[in-house]
Amino acid sequence: MDVLITGLLLGGTYALIAMGLNLQYGMARIMNLANGEMLVAGGFAAFWFWTGGSISPLLTIFIVAPIAFVLNWSIYKVFLQPLVKRAKSRGQLEVDSILTTFGLSFVSVGVMLALFGGNYFNYSYLSVPVIIFGDTYGANRVVAFLAAVAICGSLWLWLSFSRAGLSIRAISVAPDSARLVGIDVRRLSALAFALGGAVTATGGALISTFLTLDASTGVVFTLKALVIVIMGGVGEVRGTIAAAVLLGLLETFVATVIDPGLTLAAAYLLFIVVLLFRPQGLFGRRGQ
Amino acid sequence: MKRRTLAQLAVMAVVASISSSAAFAQDVIKVGAVAPKTGPLAGGSEVSYWPNVHLWVSDVNGRGGLNVDGKKMMLELIEYDDQTNPAETIKAVQRLVDQDGAQIVLPPYSTGLNLAAAPIYARYGLPMVTSTTTTDQAAELSKKFPNVFITLGGAKPIAQGAVDVLTKMRDAGDLGNKIAMVNVADAFGIELAETAKPAFLAAGFEIVYESSYPLGTQDLSPVMRGAKAAKPDAFVAWSYPPDTFALTQLAQVEDLQVGAFFTAVATAFPAYGDLFGASVEGVLGVGGVDANSSVFQEYASRHLAVTGAKPDYWASAPVYASFQVLEKSIEAVGLDNAKIIDHIKNTSFDTVMGVLDYDDANNNPSFWTVGQWQGGVFKGVASTGREGAVPAIKKGAWK
Repeated sequence: MDVLITGLLLGGTYALIAMGLNLQYGMARIMNLANGEMLVAGGFAAFWFWTGGSISPLLTIFIVAPIAFVLNWSIYKVFLQPLVKRAKSRGQLEVDSILTTFGLSFVSVGVMLALFGGNYFNYSYLSVPVIIFGDTYGANRVVAFLAAVAICGSLWLWLSFSRAGLSIRAISVAPDSARLVGIDVRRLSALAFALGGAVTATGGALISTFLTLDASTGVVFTLKALVIVIMGGVGEVRGTIAAAVLLGLLETFVATVIDPGLTLAAAYLLFIVVLLFRPQGLFGRRGQ
Repeated sequence: MKRRTLAQLAVMAVVASISSSAAFAQDVIKVGAVAPKTGPLAGGSEVSYWPNVHLWVSDVNGRGGLNVDGKKMMLELIEYDDQTNPAETIKAVQRLVDQDGAQIVLPPYSTGLNLAAAPIYARYGLPMVTSTTTTDQAAELSKKFPNVFITLGGAKPIAQGAVDVLTKMRDAGDLGNKIAMVNVADAFGIELAETAKPAFLAAGFEIVYESSYPLGTQDLSPVMRGAKAAKPDAFVAWSYPPDTFALTQLAQVEDLQVGAFFTAVATAFPAYGDLFGASVEGVLGVGGVDANSSVFQEYASRHLAVTGAKPDYWASAPVYASFQVLEKSIEAVGLDNAKIIDHIKNTSFDTVMGVLDYDDANNNPSFWTVGQWQGGVFKGVASTGREGAVPAIKKGAWK
């Protein structure tokens, strides 16, 4: 029980880390290597509001999300749309966007260093025990998990049932054909990218309540997000959630029952096994 | 396109000539510093290293400059970010000497980057008074690179210091025999855990929980829960900054009740005390200072005034002290590197960490090994021959 809940909580954290990248890579077709920096920036914002004005990170996310949305929208319009326009194939767009966002990640690290310095930053928020079924858990982790459930749930509902959501999914499946049925591919791709950025920054604000971050840690989260997105299936919200929870459960199980030193090995073993048997990811469609 | 590039070059040349002519207007020595501003170790160097570089340059210039052969020379600082990448450290040192014309090159940051850069410092004949390197191989190192000095101590004395402190506390009745020991699976954590384990066993302790976790683990709850389930009397973690913070937070969430709680790197950071407030009372960690000495207090208040941050209670003072060693040696013998190295070997220096006297192996034999948060200050409780240690106290309840 204890392992199950700890694993679920960790899975929620992972879902927060990976969901934004899934939107950006899966829907907007931009492999965003600067994703982790957006997450750290969200964490910085939460830290700044909390230490500066005692504004709870749970309220901060309502400030962070719109700002991140606008910022990512602009990044997409200025840096990425020209690439989308000139790309002849999905492969070319992927290579171009990897190179561009790789550069962007350095720029973001530099900007954050200039603004906030290179220090570790962390703060104590809801660092109190919560008792669930007789075991104690950190309240900040439980809150982040609940937020992850809310964010992922509403994203899934939106993508499955709203018109804009369906259109975005159409783009992720067949960007060229989507235009033929009257979908404004450029606008909706920008929307998906901006939304992904907003989700990532929100995730960053939430996990900064229990993780110590610094300006250079972004790449760690980009890598984790990438593993989860690929494992779950590119462009699949359910896949990302499933992969995140699976990874959380597995790592916690291995850490508790076998040895904490083997969590990384177990995570990558799972990654390899999934790719061997389902190269398209857990929920991915073949031939995409 | 070509024309624009030319125009840019012209502008750059003009700007460069203006700024360099301004610099040549007075007697200036260029001082080079290279350390992480990005990458995994940036968080640590921004606490212990960079503020001291700025403080030292500001102190020396505030006194009217460095006294070189009877002439006052102002210091001009050139900073490079090595991105926590040894190859970049080496390149930056080459650039500082060959292109920038730096006459003083300060040592880099961390054990790994210092060891990686030692050959290039040796090739240029630069004195390398390291201040953030912990190594037990000082003797071999100085045989190979006679220009290298070790200030911060080694892993063995640190592990032994922790064992001694816990043994004393056990003998005083503060805690029982059972120890939970965890470590980060990285060179530092592994080396200290491997050194500490036999020492704990030899001192009659029983290790009831032992595990390691990968660097960058995002959830250490299973580790803390496993440790708690083993009902230890003392918790020892050979940890890095992010996990030091995470483990302490989890110990409070899980309400781990032990007589001694020890975490390694970053326990001595002022940010640690700021974050956990009154809860840190009695927390043990690597490092320590003679908190009551007026020299340290005066240094700490200058550090705060000039850099806007408090020094940490472990490496900060040794970092500044190593710059003082260079400064005093240059003032004594001028800018001749061979003479400077010779002077450092044969002189005992008065510094912010007290007297600093390198032995025949270029090693500073007396350094702080274990400190403890007491009344909002991280005080030294064990050392290899430093004065001013205070007795360790039992860890009370988390607040």
